[in-house]
Amino acid sequence: MAISLKVNGASRPVTAEPDTPLLYVLRNDLELNGAKFGCGLAQCGACTVLVDGKSVRSCVTAIGSIGDAQVTTIEGLGTIDKPHALQRAFIDEQAAQCGYCISGMIMSAKALLDANPRPSEQDVRAGLAGNLCRCGTHNRIIAAVLRAAKETGRT
Amino acid sequence: MNASLSRREFAAGLGAIVVAFSLAPRVASAQEPPRLPGSLQTNRRLDAWLRINSDGTATVFTGKVELGQGILTALRQIAAEELDLPLDRIAMISGDTSRTPNEGQTAGSQSVENSGTALRMAGTEARAILLDLAAKRLGVAAEALSVADGVISAPDGRKVGYGELAAEADLKREATAKVAPKPAASHRIVGKSIPRFDIPAKVTGGAAYVQDIRLPGMVHGRVVRPPRYGATLESVDEAAAKAVPGVIAVVRDGSFLGVVAEREEQAIKARTALAGSAKWKGGPELPDPARIHEHIKSLQSKDDVIGVKQAPVPAGARTLEATYTKPYLAHASIGPSAALAEFKDGKLTVWTHSQGVFPLRAELVQALKMQPGDVRCVHTEGSGCYGHNGADDVALDAALLARGVPGRPVRLQWMRDDEFAWEPYGAAMVMQAKASLGADGRIADWQYELWSNTHSTRPQSTKGTNVLAAWYLAQPQHIGPPQGLPQPAGGGDRNAIPLYDFPSQRVLHHFIAEMPLRVSALRTLGAYANVFAIESFMDELAAAAGADPFAFRLAHMKDPRARAVIEAVARKAGWKEGEKGDGTRGRGIGFAKYKNLACYIAVVAEVEVDRASGTLRCPRAYAAIDAGLIINPDGLISQTEGGIVQSASWTLKEQVRFDKNGITSRDWASYPILTMVEAPKVEVELINRPNERPLGAGEGSQGPAVAAIANAFAHATGKRIRDLPMNPERVKAALG
Repeated sequence: MAISLKVNGASRPVTAEPDTPLLYVLRNDLELNGAKFGCGLAQCGACTVLVDGKSVRSCVTAIGSIGDAQVTTIEGLGTIDKPHALQRAFIDEQAAQCGYCISGMIMSAKALLDANPRPSEQDVRAGLAGNLCRCGTHNRIIAAVLRAAKETGRT
Repeated sequence: MNASLSRREFAAGLGAIVVAFSLAPRVASAQEPPRLPGSLQTNRRLDAWLRINSDGTATVFTGKVELGQGILTALRQIAAEELDLPLDRIAMISGDTSRTPNEGQTAGSQSVENSGTALRMAGTEARAILLDLAAKRLGVAAEALSVADGVISAPDGRKVGYGELAAEADLKREATAKVAPKPAASHRIVGKSIPRFDIPAKVTGGAAYVQDIRLPGMVHGRVVRPPRYGATLESVDEAAAKAVPGVIAVVRDGSFLGVVAEREEQAIKARTALAGSAKWKGGPELPDPARIHEHIKSLQSKDDVIGVKQAPVPAGARTLEATYTKPYLAHASIGPSAALAEFKDGKLTVWTHSQGVFPLRAELVQALKMQPGDVRCVHTEGSGCYGHNGADDVALDAALLARGVPGRPVRLQWMRDDEFAWEPYGAAMVMQAKASLGADGRIADWQYELWSNTHSTRPQSTKGTNVLAAWYLAQPQHIGPPQGLPQPAGGGDRNAIPLYDFPSQRVLHHFIAEMPLRVSALRTLGAYANVFAIESFMDELAAAAGADPFAFRLAHMKDPRARAVIEAVARKAGWKEGEKGDGTRGRGIGFAKYKNLACYIAVVAEVEVDRASGTLRCPRAYAAIDAGLIINPDGLISQTEGGIVQSASWTLKEQVRFDKNGITSRDWASYPILTMVEAPKVEVELINRPNERPLGAGEGSQGPAVAAIANAFAHATGKRIRDLPMNPERVKAALG
């Protein structure tokens, strides 16, 4: 059936069943690469996006449940030429190895910084506790979020 | 038999003729091409590695692939350095059976050593060829010319660019390796922390992974695996799956079962329907997990003695013994394995994150009974793999599904439980150490045994077929008998020979062919377990000798590069000799020279024990690493940090769970890994040795890190845990 989603500020009509997880619509219908399939079980955070500013696991969020809410993916934060402060900070800290978890990390970090613009290191760790990384990039991810917080606070 | 007769010639049945000819030395030497450095030895032509384009750019080819370790950035630095070209005028092409050199697997921390060396030598030789051409064109001696950013200048100011010489530059020739590469002192790009070229796309939603490829007409696949190893499919209700909207085909070949649908969620629904109706039978029971190490020791083994040194043990020496174990570990990639396959006009193309596109192609050819010329494998990144995970298996799965819907590309990503239950694990191991400690406090004799399965069932590592689905086809193919990997790098016995100076020692490797669980290469192979055992036992011996672990190691170590990393990490961590743990906090040290061939690294870990809950944490770790000439300092730090955090996860939390009916670790709840809250803060010190050759470093830190954590626990509590993982159950048992 036809459903209209608000994604990164635009209205996007899609034809899919209402029980379809948002993740597949984002990736396949809207061709947005950022959110990743990691587990399909809301355990790893690789698929994290924001719905009305709150971080959700798009792998278990049915499109039929979203209604008029605004969906924000990492593509909605910034671009390779005009990156968001978080994206800039992840590049500056070289905070990715394979990078598969990183879009989810950044989206969880976005939700964290929106709620708490001056987080401590412990706040960052707790805020990203639901996002798994396997390469061991944890130190750099934490440093990148703290750097983004600092740089956002300055401007 | 004449010594110059090679095995290959003899095997080809030309023995008698060659013997006759080989009496003439000139002919004999012509038959043996000179040994070339790195991967030039197996891919000898310059144009296999690089091409100079008419626009002044270079295209660089490597058989090694990006796995998230930053290798394509490091190799680009090496090529740019030797060619004297800016980094942004170099395009990298990697891992494509139709375009790049065959460099086997990207594994074992060997890419800089093998591919990097080839590119260094090929780059410098290509630059010399361009200089010669410029010299002729400008009428100046080549020695008088200078090069900057791909432009060659004569002393009088005349210039010629690489692009203008591209058409004349003959790289279609065998490398000579006779041109000396730049001395380290002249390096401008090598040795710099060049930011990785792949990261900007990865943090902005750019297409970076095989999962991100979308071809016209592409459809989605999923597979249904048996409930346990070796079970066969008796029946399945295909009609019910075909009734799921969007389903295009159910593909069944023997006990291989999969589905193709227009949309991804439809394929997942159909998979659920198929799995629900599938009836499976048979498959062997798995051993009792509580007794898995005894079970492994009880299996038939092939025994090898290595690293023997003999000297009499002094009278009055004390003998200590200890046994250590390591469980099965999963690669546990965050993204399950994926591939995209297309069958068109009898030809197969597979986009894959395999670590070796050429070995994978050989397996696909075998499994699908095709010709090598009809199969192309193209590397595209996936989630990090850390060794042989499901990457190769899913490529065959995708190919089988694509064969069922010719003309339509099929993208397939395994579900979480496919990956956990079917990936080949890092093998469970038992390590038994026994040493004699002389009255002088020195180790007089060291005896060490280990029991392990193979650490590689990778594609092309045995004579059989090493991709999962091939074993389940109606006409099944089988995995070949597993082989041990030879010393000095070793497999299960990797790093089993201690680097310390013991007057007398013996290492016995019990290679177990029978594999109760599917196993293959996991980062470091046996080194993680062997370094855990050796370095734990060193601390036990130090304690028995009343010595500080740091001083005890130095007292047994002559190698100056080993001493340097041990001393550097102790300094960095503020190590105080003789310091006591306080019951809940402690610190420990671990050291290894990876593979006894690659980087030197020492790690100090600090731990905190919650005695009530049994939770052991490692909040902080330090490392000092010497990887010879450093190509990219920040890349080396990143790999070392990552290795330590991953090792902390293996050490504190991880083991593959199973029962007699099959694997029970099927998601992140049943296979927990270290979270952001638990990850240690890591500080890395680099020791650069610009005049030494670069040494592999991606897998250096895991062994020293586990040992440092184990030793830190013992330092904190006075108790020792010898069985991994050091989870709360084990911690509480150790504390009694």
